[in-house]
Amino acid sequence: MAASLALRSAVLSVALFAGFILVWHLATNTHQTVQAMDPEYAKLMGMTVTQGKSAMPGPLDVATKIWDHLKDPFYDRGSNDKGLGIQLAYSIARVMVGYLIAVAVAIPVGFLIGMSPLLSRALDPFIQILKPISPLAWMPLALYTIKDSSLSAIFVIFICSLWPTLINTAFGVASVRREWLNVARTLEVGVFRRAFTIILPAAAPTILTGMRISIGIAWLVIVAAEMLVGGTGIGYFVWNEWNNLSITNVIAAILVIGVVGMAFDQILARLTRLVTFPE
Amino acid sequence: MSTFDNPFDPRNRLSGCFCGQHRSQIEHDRMAEPALQRGPVESEEKRYEGVIASAVLRAMFPKDVGRRVFLQSLGASAALAAIAHVFPLHTVTEVFAEGAPLEKPDLKIGFIPITCATPIIMAHPIGFYSKQGLNVEVIKTAGWAVIRDKTLNKEYDAAHMLSPMPLAITLGAGSTPIPYTMPAVENINGQAITLAIKHKEKRDPKQWKGFKFAVPFDYSMHNYLLRYYVAEHGLDPDTDIQIRAVPPPEMVANLRAENIDGFLGPDPFNQRAVYDGVGFIHLLSKELWDGHPCCAFAASKEFVAGSPNTYAALLKAIINATAYAAKPENRKEIAAAIAPANYLNQPQIVLEQILTGTYADGLGNIKTDPKRIDFDPFPWESFAVWILTQMKRWGQIKNEVDYQTIARQVFLATDTAKLMQEVGLTPPATTTKTFVVMGKPFDPAKPDDYVNSFAIRKA
Repeated sequence: MAASLALRSAVLSVALFAGFILVWHLATNTHQTVQAMDPEYAKLMGMTVTQGKSAMPGPLDVATKIWDHLKDPFYDRGSNDKGLGIQLAYSIARVMVGYLIAVAVAIPVGFLIGMSPLLSRALDPFIQILKPISPLAWMPLALYTIKDSSLSAIFVIFICSLWPTLINTAFGVASVRREWLNVARTLEVGVFRRAFTIILPAAAPTILTGMRISIGIAWLVIVAAEMLVGGTGIGYFVWNEWNNLSITNVIAAILVIGVVGMAFDQILARLTRLVTFPE
Repeated sequence: MSTFDNPFDPRNRLSGCFCGQHRSQIEHDRMAEPALQRGPVESEEKRYEGVIASAVLRAMFPKDVGRRVFLQSLGASAALAAIAHVFPLHTVTEVFAEGAPLEKPDLKIGFIPITCATPIIMAHPIGFYSKQGLNVEVIKTAGWAVIRDKTLNKEYDAAHMLSPMPLAITLGAGSTPIPYTMPAVENINGQAITLAIKHKEKRDPKQWKGFKFAVPFDYSMHNYLLRYYVAEHGLDPDTDIQIRAVPPPEMVANLRAENIDGFLGPDPFNQRAVYDGVGFIHLLSKELWDGHPCCAFAASKEFVAGSPNTYAALLKAIINATAYAAKPENRKEIAAAIAPANYLNQPQIVLEQILTGTYADGLGNIKTDPKRIDFDPFPWESFAVWILTQMKRWGQIKNEVDYQTIARQVFLATDTAKLMQEVGLTPPATTTKTFVVMGKPFDPAKPDDYVNSFAIRKA
């Protein structure tokens, strides 16, 4: 029964995908009637005007474009035109730096908050206010104070991906079962040993769930940040192609962003499973 | 007259048209082209000589009348000799052309991907930077605020800006006041009003009540020209129409989505709207004010003071690139050079239409105007004064303004003067010219009267 459920869901997924592609193809395959025009004039105009081609690209155009990018992902034609692979590498590097700093800060601070009800209450209002701020709101402030655009992008990733890990760590630490802590106290276990051998393993699944949410946010933020600061990265690529009004390239980039985001999420999901324990 | 014309020709006026019958020298030249073929300047050396001599002459004779009397009484060659006696013209030109060792050969210059940036961009693929021994990286930037911040952060040594921006920043309008400088204008003309196709019957601005327009930035020539234009037709731009600041690439998308009815924006997006069949070109900004400045080349003060030789070399590269771009026969080559994704990232045919001035208007006609966009680097102070009057007129600056002082600080006195002093010249005392905007003459000496002469204004 389980196998047949997996099979049936796969079939349904494929059917949904095929249906979506078909609707997309039909919707964009309309050729509007074109007014007759002077050939000299037609030479100066785009395909939308001269051939009545839909301004929205069809699935075939996008597939061809993606294939072009995959064939040559690492070209470098000057500082403003690099291959999709290089742009992705820049984005992933930025995300990793910002995210790792966020994790390195969030887990210790989360531990403190989780272990001390005083700190938890004192810091709560700050966390609640800072948590919902959009990355784009941080950007001008970061650019103005840090005075370096790539550091600003990393700062924005840091500040936005900090909160889920922090809150989850605090929650995980605070909700370690009383009995375990009491046993530790009876055995007169020291503070550090208690933190590393009892609280950390007990809170690990919650912490990793927080980290999984954080990496998702970091990846969301990078596109917005790079669209703003420009230069390199997948966000810049989207912006540059938007400048050219090339929707085909924008859709191709959207797909790539989705795939990379999913890969990040799956890696963290695997890690979470590794530390999960049966109660 | 253009910066590249011969300043020793007594018939040439340093401002306006010399016969007095035309609104501008450009128009005069077009009328009298066959009779008055002015020889193209062949060599760079000659061009520097011209630029420097123009400056010297302007400094000596701020009034055209005086200069003409001087030149007519002596004759051009005698005048040249007389001036060379006082100013070492030849040596200065040589120093200017050769330059000194560069302090900082690797430079970063930011640009916004629009055709206004043509000299800055094309100097890279066509090799004007490398000719000066500079290794310049031209970096595409997302918006005017970002380019301002990156210049302030010293990530860029120099940048492409809208010509009102250095003035606004210096005054602290819309930002904290920071003294900013503008050593060269990049392009003149080159903007247009584009309307959605559905408005093709509404060519009279009086029918535009309730329209939504987009301009690239609050502190832009686009904003001031659009406001001027609708106000001349009796509409108050603050109450009768809506004006929003929208990044240029979004203008075409918004026009397609019918979020806006039109825009006064930079090319290539006017021509791109035509190319994509969503809009038509209502009029070129040239038809409002022939020869108006648009974008500018701005460099940080620290860079100018700290690396004067590099700065001089850079400005030379820009002057050369601008002169190259000013020649119609080079325009096709330039379009091909700046079309790739590394630079403007636009279809080449769109850029060719803009730069050659033979273009489809979006209504089925092919129009020709070789001066649709033109390039002339000289930052006339009177441009700055006009911009300031418009800032005052629309309430962007509330206090009393010392027009002349600010114009001089931002457009000339700091950067251009520094460069001139460096090559042994006395900076010009005044560099103003009168011009005509929509048939109304502008006298830079009476800015307050000019502001008060408008019926529709905010201040």
